[in-house]
This record gives sequence, C-alpha cells and structure tokens, in this order.
Amino acid sequence: MTGSGEPSGEIAIVASGPLATVQDLGRPGLAHLGITRSGAVDRPSLLLANRLVGNLTGAAAIELTYGGLIARFTHPGMIAVTGAPCPLELSGREIGMYAPVDVQAGALLRVGTPARGVRTYLGIRGGVDVPAVLGSRSRDTLAGIGPEPLVAGARLPLGREKSDPPTVDLAPHARYVDEPELQVLSGPRADWFATEAVSTLWTKTYEVTTDSDRVGVRLRGPAMHRRITAELPSEAVVAGGIQIPPSGQPVIFLADHPVTGGYPVLGVVVAEDLPLAAQCRPGQRLRFRPARRAVNGLPAH
Amino acid sequence: MRILPCGDEALLVEVANLREAEDLYGRLRRDPPPGVTDLVPAARTVLIAFDPAATGPARLRALLHGLSPAPADREPQPVDAPAPDAPAPDAPGRDTPAASCAVVAGGDGRDPAAANPIGTAAADSPATVTIPVRYDGPDLDDLARLTGLTPAQIIGRHLQGQHRVAFCGFAPGFAYIAGLDPGLRVPRRDSPRTRVPAGAVAIADEFSGVYPRASPGGWHLIGQTDLAVFDLTRDPPALLVPGTPVRFVAVGVAQAVGA
Repeated sequence: MTGSGEPSGEIAIVASGPLATVQDLGRPGLAHLGITRSGAVDRPSLLLANRLVGNLTGAAAIELTYGGLIARFTHPGMIAVTGAPCPLELSGREIGMYAPVDVQAGALLRVGTPARGVRTYLGIRGGVDVPAVLGSRSRDTLAGIGPEPLVAGARLPLGREKSDPPTVDLAPHARYVDEPELQVLSGPRADWFATEAVSTLWTKTYEVTTDSDRVGVRLRGPAMHRRITAELPSEAVVAGGIQIPPSGQPVIFLADHPVTGGYPVLGVVVAEDLPLAAQCRPGQRLRFRPARRAVNGLPAH
Repeated sequence: MRILPCGDEALLVEVANLREAEDLYGRLRRDPPPGVTDLVPAARTVLIAFDPAATGPARLRALLHGLSPAPADREPQPVDAPAPDAPAPDAPGRDTPAASCAVVAGGDGRDPAAANPIGTAAADSPATVTIPVRYDGPDLDDLARLTGLTPAQIIGRHLQGQHRVAFCGFAPGFAYIAGLDPGLRVPRRDSPRTRVPAGAVAIADEFSGVYPRASPGGWHLIGQTDLAVFDLTRDPPALLVPGTPVRFVAVGVAQAVGA
C-alpha cells in the first residue's frame, strides 16, 4: 500500500438496485480494435460527483440505474451523489444530493428511487479502485468488458488517489424536464432519408421505450423513411448518433454503443444534450431540433 | 472523397472502396493530425474523432483535401448506389433461430500445432498473424452449393488468399479480414445463428472473420481455430488490428468434408 497512510477502506454492497456499475470516463482511442468508449452515460454528473469529493476527473464512481443501492462503508470517508435525484439516507439520517457528505466508519447508505431521471452517480473520495481493464474501470455492458455489475455481497476497494480537498460544497441540481429538446447536428447520412423524414424529426415527439439501456435510447414515434434503401456498408458510429433501423424508429446511441453500425445515422445529438437523453425514462417524450450552430462546429452567429 | 459531418467531435470520410479506406486509414494512422483522438476505419469510411478544443472540422477538412490521391483513387460512387458490403456478423432484426446444420468434423479436430499459435501484431508495421484453422465448418456444404466449388476447393482458395485486416467492429477484436477469393464471395446466411462458438472462422461477402467469443452470427462457418484473437489479459488484447497481414493455415484432419 502506498499513499498518505490514511485508511481508504471498502464499500460493501448490500443491495445493488436494478443495475449498478462502476464507471469512469471510459476507454477512448480503442474503437479501431472494436472496443467502444463506454464510461458514464451522464458524464457531467460523474464529473460533478468527483469534483464534489475532490477526486481527479478520471476517478471511478458507481452509476445507479433507478437508484436502489444499499452500501456500507468500512472506513471514514466522503461521498457525493449526483444525477437523477433520489432520496438518500446515511445511517438513518436524511442527506442531500449534489453536496459532499462525510461518512463515518460502518455507515450505511440507502439510495431510494429517483422521481425523475434514470442514472444517479455515487462519487466516493479516492474513487472506486477495482482493477482497470484496458485503462478504464468502466463496465461496457454490450461487450462485457470491465468490472462486473455490482451484486449484493460485492466489496469494492476504495483508492487513495485524490486531488485537493474539495472546495465546492454545493452544486446546482441538474435540470430534469418532462419533454427535453435535444439539439442535433445533421449527418452523416441525412441524405439517405426522404425530406419528409427529416422534417418529421424536427416536428414530432418521440417516446422513450422500455428496451432503452446503456447502449442506446430507443424511441417510438412516427417512422422515418429512407430515400436510399441499399444496404449501408458498416461504418463507425458515435455516441449521440441517431440511427434509423429498417423499422424507421430511431435509436440514440449512448456510451456502450457498438463501434460500427450497418444502418444510417441521420444526425448526432450534440454532446452537451446527450445527458438529457440518457436521463429520459421509458414513457417520457422528447423532441429534436437543429443545433444552433453551423455544421462545421463553429457558432452559427 | 466525401467528408461528412458527424456531430461536434468527429468527421466521417467516405471513399470509393475498401482499398481507399484502408489506405486513408493507414496514412492518417502513421501521421495523425494534431487533435485527433481516434481513427476508426470501416468498409468505405474512416471516422476521424477529434478534440474540439485542439482542432476543428475546417482544419481537418483542409488537411484531408491536401492529401495526395491514393494510387487506386477513383471517382466516388454515387451515394444512392453503395455496394452491399461489410454485413454485420449478426443480422440485427433477423433473429430467426439458427437453421439446423450438419456438423462435418474430421477426427477429433485437435492438432498439437494449434496450441502454439505464432504471430503477433505490433503497432506500426504489424507482423503477419498466422491463424491455424481446422477446416471443418458446418457451412462448407452450403457454400459448395452457393459457389459451385467443392469444399476442398473452397478450403484451397481460402488458404491461398492474400488476407489482411481491413477494420474491426461488431465485437471487441472482431476483424473484417479482406482478401477473400472472389469465387468465395457470398452474402451472409439468411438465418443467422443465435450462437456461434468462440474461434469460429467464417466468411461473408469479401471478408473472413474469426469470432473472438461466442455470439450470434450470420456469417458462413468454414472452420475453427484455437488461436485467441482477443484476450484481455494480453497486451495488446487484439491480435488482429487494422493493417495486419493474415495467413490461414490448415491444421487437423478434415478430409471428411464433402468427400
């Protein structure tokens, strides 16, 4: 063991909720090997959790899906919970989201179910220190790479690597709107679609379906028809890409998206709006609008 | 060359054919433009992902337009007539159960040589990877019908191909290996299998592939290898990286096929 000598301890999982995984910023730069980036689907929430507890940006946290985590801390420490707002209880005492909270040895954290949003992030000072796989502690749920999803009885070691003592004590809550509007940059394959299909995208609302996951937000709504019906040779896709399979029902790719896809991508949700998509629940509706900027990435005005 | 927008952090460069995509990828890989975070080759495209704080689409477009044409440069194909190519090894949306298949195996299929695969892949000029294959795949007879060749001829032509990894996708370490004999090019199976074993060697269209792990799959299975093409405990984990020359060698006894 190295470091300051300060005990880092473990977090013992008592209950995981529907799906809890370890996530950091993922493994960029390996797509040419067929390995997608993965990482937190709501990156700003992960970054905020780490910042609140004074971690380096690359520290690993726990991504909860619909809350439900119960965990015990073996050593004193510090946590911050961000993302989809859940009721939180630490050893029987109610605590708040979006703020650093001191944890006593033996404390029990209970995360309830979020009223809005899907993914909640539990940042812990020192970070979750499971072994990295290809440079990341993220679970890639599609490829099955990285630490296994958490199960009751799992014990996660906590790291010693920290940056400075946290300086932020309260951060603004993320906005969760009922019907978010996502900015989209057209392309790469907008020309494969009929003009009506593209105007459909800008004018209609789409409902998030229950088969949405870390791979993508699957939508139901007016079908988007293709002008070009030929088979698309497989090509690389990106997070935020809106792929239109033969059903005409769009899928917005999230962190665990496949590296390549065989269906055309009509447009790409801009990076800043992707967390809004990732936090949409089944049954929730969303809309798209052209991004307020030129396609070349420069401001439109 | 067409440069297509792909969100705020990437461009998708479309070229006329696989060779041009490989060439463009190779050139960008050897001399990556500043600010580029990832290069992802595919059948007709190279994705250029970049850090918007370090570079931008305008700079990358200028750089791409400044590249001298590849030796095999041709007029881009019209966008509405893309060649069918690079089918995903599974067929999304077509989840028909696997057709029953007669497995034609020769002997126990084991060969001591297969336990000692040779070949590695270095980052820059990858060395040839040799893949020892027991050519006893369950689709050889189907392929014989589709190609008009005998299974022995199919195996012979596969062995003679000048293979190389064009790109990866579908799953970690799954390589689309180009160089398949034109006489062996057939579309993927109508009914994809729900489970193809790890190490299955398969072909579809102009590619060969080796399934890195058990998964659904729609390609035609021609054999099996014991070589682990993807192993997370190894560095690098993927044996078949884009640009890697590949040699298939026959191992084991497979004279039963189609005899």
